[in-house]
Amino acid sequence: MFGLSKQCVLELNEEYKTLEDYQGRISRWCPGCGDNGILTATQRLCRDEQLPPEKCVFVSGIGCAARFPHYMSTYGFHGLHGRALPTAQGVKIRRPDLHVFVNMGDGDCCSIGTAHWIHTVRTNMKLVAMMHDNNIYGLTKNQASPTSPLGMKTNTTPQGAYLKAMNPLTVTLGITNVSFVAQVVEWLPEVLYEAIRQAFHHNGFAFIRILQRCPHFTPDAFSGLLSDPKKLLMLQHEDGIQLSETMSRLYKTTEQHDPADINRARELADRDDIVPIGILYRNENIPRYEQVTKSTHKSTWEQRENVLNGAFDKFGIDADFASANEGTRAGDGE
Amino acid sequence: MAGEMKQQTARSASSGKRATLLEEHIIEIVSDSGEGAQTAGQMFGTILAKSGNSVWTVEIIPAEIEPPARTPAGASGNRIRAGSFPITNAGDGAELVIGFNEQALMGGKWENRYKPGCIILLESMWANHPDPEIAAAYSGVVNILNEENYRLYEVPMEQECSRFVEDARRGKNMFVVGMLMNIYGRDLQLARHEIETKFKARKPDLVEPNIALLEAGYEWAEQNLDFRFEIPPYGVKEQQVVANGNVAVALGIVASGMEVCAMYPITPATSASHYLSEIFPEVGGFVHQAEDEIAACAFAIGSSYSGKCAVTITSGPGMALKTELMALSVMAEIPLVMVNVQRGGPSTGLPTKVEQGDLLAAIFGTPGDAPKIVMAPATIEDCFYSIITARKIAETFRTLVIVLSDANLATGQQAFPRPKISKEWGAPPVDQSPVPAGKDPLDWDPVTGLSQRFIPGQPGGMYTLTGLAHDRKGLVAYGPGINQEGCNRRSLKLAAFQKTLQPPKVCGDESGDLLIVGWGSTKGAIEEAVARVRKDGLKVSSTHLTFLQPMASGIKEIMQKFRQVMTVEINYSDSYEDELIDENNRRYANLAWLLRARYLIDVDCWSNVHGRPIRPGAIEDMIRERLK
Repeated sequence: MFGLSKQCVLELNEEYKTLEDYQGRISRWCPGCGDNGILTATQRLCRDEQLPPEKCVFVSGIGCAARFPHYMSTYGFHGLHGRALPTAQGVKIRRPDLHVFVNMGDGDCCSIGTAHWIHTVRTNMKLVAMMHDNNIYGLTKNQASPTSPLGMKTNTTPQGAYLKAMNPLTVTLGITNVSFVAQVVEWLPEVLYEAIRQAFHHNGFAFIRILQRCPHFTPDAFSGLLSDPKKLLMLQHEDGIQLSETMSRLYKTTEQHDPADINRARELADRDDIVPIGILYRNENIPRYEQVTKSTHKSTWEQRENVLNGAFDKFGIDADFASANEGTRAGDGE
Repeated sequence: MAGEMKQQTARSASSGKRATLLEEHIIEIVSDSGEGAQTAGQMFGTILAKSGNSVWTVEIIPAEIEPPARTPAGASGNRIRAGSFPITNAGDGAELVIGFNEQALMGGKWENRYKPGCIILLESMWANHPDPEIAAAYSGVVNILNEENYRLYEVPMEQECSRFVEDARRGKNMFVVGMLMNIYGRDLQLARHEIETKFKARKPDLVEPNIALLEAGYEWAEQNLDFRFEIPPYGVKEQQVVANGNVAVALGIVASGMEVCAMYPITPATSASHYLSEIFPEVGGFVHQAEDEIAACAFAIGSSYSGKCAVTITSGPGMALKTELMALSVMAEIPLVMVNVQRGGPSTGLPTKVEQGDLLAAIFGTPGDAPKIVMAPATIEDCFYSIITARKIAETFRTLVIVLSDANLATGQQAFPRPKISKEWGAPPVDQSPVPAGKDPLDWDPVTGLSQRFIPGQPGGMYTLTGLAHDRKGLVAYGPGINQEGCNRRSLKLAAFQKTLQPPKVCGDESGDLLIVGWGSTKGAIEEAVARVRKDGLKVSSTHLTFLQPMASGIKEIMQKFRQVMTVEINYSDSYEDELIDENNRRYANLAWLLRARYLIDVDCWSNVHGRPIRPGAIEDMIRERLK
């Protein structure tokens, strides 16, 4: 009518959502906790994508990071230690309309939930997983985690951690069907946001390791990275993250890395001397579990009746089996 | 008309031998794994059922995939109990046993599966085996059987079968079906029909040789055996379905409207998932084989939370692993159906054998107070309906419902009336309507503890579910009053559910000298034993509980009308025969503990962990001894 394009008319009930629409309770994380930055970046993503809050589910395990859903105003599932990933899979399996995010700590993901981490990568369901890695068990008060560096003193390792830290990136990149791996740090909001945004748009399981400061127990864990920008290797690519001018001026150690190159991604992930930041790997063509397991049949009651009747016929004893007796009788000589 | 034909079918065929009329008979067929005794048993059981008998069959399954040949523990086969009255359990000792070798046969003898002096048809090829040790073993067993007055018939199966097939080992089972058709006077056409149905589609060239073997077996029995039996039909009017308990569970899942089953392989539960995996996709469903038991339970909970109520199927060790998630389901009020097909325990225990040892673990196994609903199917038919009921309860009461089946139901096959499908069974569509403003996600009703569940996708219902103590808004709250309120409301839900339960029925008179209380798969055996002793005037009755947590009202009143009350269960209890056992330290069977604690009645128990179904005869002997 009057040449007005319908698409230009905002429907009255489709109001624009602001950051506040995604903010839940005030966070109870320690002042200076890196989790706050991750929360803000995620809320920004929801706002920018204008996600209906009722269509978002944030699933978490147990630990500081796992308090994340409480600070969103979407649906949240603050479940059990280590079990966020299989729970999130269950949420997503028959509800493709839901945007499912997973927030877990290094203990959650790399220790008690290791089996789930490996198998969730393999099933490649469309989920965004953020692993808040602060190298420590914080909520239980300062115990060594699998990513605690060798020699780190904690309450359970007062003489220093015995083992070399586990490398979650090389593990993830080694799993069959891996389709998206990124590493970022919470103190660089621009890169953090961009990694979460690309993860959200990824067609499959997106794993982001986020190096995160714990101001209480591991305040110095990443101080070297903070004070010396050269220790971060910024991965840039037109299919990956492209740094802003400001960032480029500060972070000059860069590499052009094509996220399609898994061999280079594995080499980068394995480096001890420098921390790669950006999208290490992306493959949009790995089949997703929720697709390959999707039935071609509809879940209607009529269909259930048909299938049940078919089964009852198959296992049934026909009351009128007499027809089969009309043949030659045994012993009568055939 | 159909009834008349059945009469004819069950009538012994027209040979000169007189058929002995029987009310029931128990047949066992045992062979090495891979020789087809199971197929023979299933086929003959089907034929008996189709010709009007009531039939209960049990698979005899070795623990290994390919156990060593000619070993007592490696035997594979089938037990068939057929009768002219409703058969509800596997019965007592076998009365006719067919053995493909003497070792497989002796396995059953050592387990006391055979009635002393019963008929034994034994493959005779081993007598002249080139290996002198084998020949000696065979003749040793023959001597024992003869000394112990078994009615032993040596049957040259190998020799007879090699006339028709190159590898006689693979044809003996049809020869055996032929013999049984003759012995029990059944129309061979019924067996021909079964063989055709079995092979026509996939291996049509096997139809002819198998029919030849069948007829040879029939003819051999006709010429060489001096006995025949007739078990008249019992006249079923309505259509029947034959299934084992695990297949019934799978069908129940389809009928319940669920779309997701998450599991991890564990004996003896897995076969439910096998069958479900076949048919579930046809109704848009999906079986998720998770990386472990815990993941399976978490996956099911996630699905339930998203509005698609899910089921997880496991056995005792798997339930132990799921414990923490069971408590989460209760605490966060997420519906979940868990099927535990119980096996022998503790620990890895007896994977392929029956026990009812998980009742207390199911009710109390979770740390803290986690009130949940626990029910137990007593028959194969119950296995089907209990899943439909469990899904409804789980969603209505926002909680965990555990269905305790067991290996006896899982591997037993029985005919039951073909279910009349009802749309009421199905799950409602996922509620995506907006939540009214001001409504809390745990808006506990002060009387019933019930509240409306908010499902992701419902506008206005956004909240964070948590396994931590929480208030009505779902907010984490550690205050003493709040945790008290949460625990109270979740407990009240059980009370509200309990008010809907009917008191159990009493089988026999409503008062007397002894009441036997049972639960789960022992129902048939208990009721049969009670019926037998009642015929002799003993004042014994029984009652059977479907819901173990909570229990229906009226149970105390039932028990109070009997001089003695006891449970019969397949789980461990101490016996006063042991020197150290007295009132102060005796550990009771699972249900006896519960009844004693709740009703303050001195409930005794009789139980064992032999890993096999309790026989009616054993219960009968126990009752007679007790009331002597």
